Amino acid sequence: MNKKKNTKKSKVAASVTNSGEKKPFFTASELDLKKFEPTDAQKKELYYFIMLNRAFDDRVAKLYRQGKIIGAAYGSRGQEATSVGSAYALGKNDIVGPIIRNAGAIIVRGLPVKNFLSNFIGRSTTPTGGRDGNSHLGDLNIGVFAPISHLGSLIINLTGCALAFKLKKEPRVALTYIGDGGTSTAEFHEGMNMAAVWKVPFVCIIENNNWAYSTPTMNQSNLKDLAVKGKAYGMEAVVMDGNDVFEVYRVSKYAIEKCRAGNGPILIESKTMRMKGHAEHDDAFYVPKEMFAEWQKKDPIIRAEKYLLDHKIMTPAENEELKNRVAKDMEEAEEFALNAPFPLGEEAAEGVYAE
Amino acid sequence: MATITYLEAISMGMREEMRRDPNVFLIGEDIGVYGGAFKVTKGFIEEFGADRVMDTPISEAGIIGVCVGSALMGLRPVAEMQFADFISCGFNQLVNQAAKIHYRWREAVPMVVRCPSGGGVHGGPFHSQNPEAWFFHVPGLKIVSPSTPYDAKGLIKSAIRDNNPVLFFEHKFLYRRIKGEVPEDDYIVPIGKGDIKREGKDMTVVAYSSAVHWALEAAEQIEKEDGVSVEVLDMRSILPYDKELILQSVKKTNRVIVAHEATLTGGVGGDVSAFITENAFEHLDAPVRRLAAIDTPVPYSPPLEAHFLPNKDKMLKVMRELAAY
Repeated sequence: MNKKKNTKKSKVAASVTNSGEKKPFFTASELDLKKFEPTDAQKKELYYFIMLNRAFDDRVAKLYRQGKIIGAAYGSRGQEATSVGSAYALGKNDIVGPIIRNAGAIIVRGLPVKNFLSNFIGRSTTPTGGRDGNSHLGDLNIGVFAPISHLGSLIINLTGCALAFKLKKEPRVALTYIGDGGTSTAEFHEGMNMAAVWKVPFVCIIENNNWAYSTPTMNQSNLKDLAVKGKAYGMEAVVMDGNDVFEVYRVSKYAIEKCRAGNGPILIESKTMRMKGHAEHDDAFYVPKEMFAEWQKKDPIIRAEKYLLDHKIMTPAENEELKNRVAKDMEEAEEFALNAPFPLGEEAAEGVYAE
Repeated sequence: MATITYLEAISMGMREEMRRDPNVFLIGEDIGVYGGAFKVTKGFIEEFGADRVMDTPISEAGIIGVCVGSALMGLRPVAEMQFADFISCGFNQLVNQAAKIHYRWREAVPMVVRCPSGGGVHGGPFHSQNPEAWFFHVPGLKIVSPSTPYDAKGLIKSAIRDNNPVLFFEHKFLYRRIKGEVPEDDYIVPIGKGDIKREGKDMTVVAYSSAVHWALEAAEQIEKEDGVSVEVLDMRSILPYDKELILQSVKKTNRVIVAHEATLTGGVGGDVSAFITENAFEHLDAPVRRLAAIDTPVPYSPPLEAHFLPNKDKMLKVMRELAAY
């Protein structure tokens, strides 16, 4: 049933909207995105980043199995293109609020993977200094707003960032992500509604990866396309292929620049698939094997690689070189993280309040 | 120096801060054109414009969460909960996001949430609560609750200038009933500092907000009728509270009542009592007493509400018991 739901493009009746428009959202192919096409160099960099995102997650999983990660190990296998393509489309002064499956966004914004990995094992060499774990980190120097575990929260917080940009007349944009499950929260609703009422430069990407822990999207929402929610708030909405990093980039860039020009907010639904369990402790027994097999064919890395080679944007030698670079990055990161110092116990008492 | 109400003092403090710092803005339900449910922001939209006096949808989590985001982007938001009771809808944003950001990633969150609180106004269970204890247990938040116009102005200004999330509990019953002299110039009341509102030598009442007034009234009466000299210590700040001043006073008077309008169990008074017992046990001539509302929701009907709330007479009774111990 889920497989069917995800492989068939659903049609939403015009009666869903009150505005008389035929469709409550655009698909990427209906938009003119030519001017947002990444350059060849950018395409190769996007490919590098989705590989690095996966290698990072794989390394986290490996360290978890070795007992070196004491807490939970969340990954984003299958969803790398959504995080990477969207964060890559942001400007230097924009701000992004990643949640647990957006390691790629944090890496693209410039946090070195060695410091990022340190955060999974509680070392002092991270933006949190060991006070929080995994991808729960923020650093305004690279425009990253830290999530909390409570889903929906960042929708409001990033709307608040976008409101500040609007009030201060700064040409900046705020972007955050939410899962299909997170759209069920009250905070999602309050944030989306406020963003729309105030027309702030805010991009919300719903990563519809079909699963919220063990709960399929059909048990979260009666909508087939969560993008319809945008219409409900009076917000432009776009559906994109979340496993095509170049499409993700184009659609995100379109949305970001439209917001920057004062025509926000925009909702994007990324159709994608979580290719593992909720975290490393979860073997995802509840996901039909055929569903994994179906989505494996749409793996974002294989697709990007094929595109770059087929279009002769990247030579096989360059491909090797990029893969080696990713492997080397992660070797160095592991070496660094495992040897990084722990914080001192008494530091736990510091920093509750700002001066 | 003008004599103004407690409510006018809050307005004056906010207006001064908005004139001083263009990054300060107000956000809340019906605060703009309407001027706020209690008219604390009356005239603000005319002076500062709709961008700095923002009316919002009915979304308390949204209001508080937007404060967090905009504070991190360099603004200094001051939110109004229409009634303190509604802050429960924004609980998550306060306790999990606002309170923990500086600890987790060392960014300051300069924001204020104003909370019109308190009973005695026949508001019933959802327009009368004193919910400060919900937040007293949350490291990362600050909580203040003035009892006089002077402190109200000084504390709202401190709260706005503070680089942390500050909850400002302003008592609805005091809004127009309490008047006092308030300087028109710029001054602040520091967060974390209590104030001796009345000197005394036989016992101390540690109180805040409305309870300060019952204590002052009861102190006058017991002095006149029984010759007992009561010191009234106004905490003003609840988190952090002025432990040093409390110890000084208790060591002088050797008897203490901790009083507040919020309900007894799990209230701020429990922690203050424990602190005194742990740190000044040898100085105490009697057990620490607490005076608070009874452990029920706030009832609506006047006789029920009168039974629920502490007041001057209940304070006087506890004072007499303590004096006789």
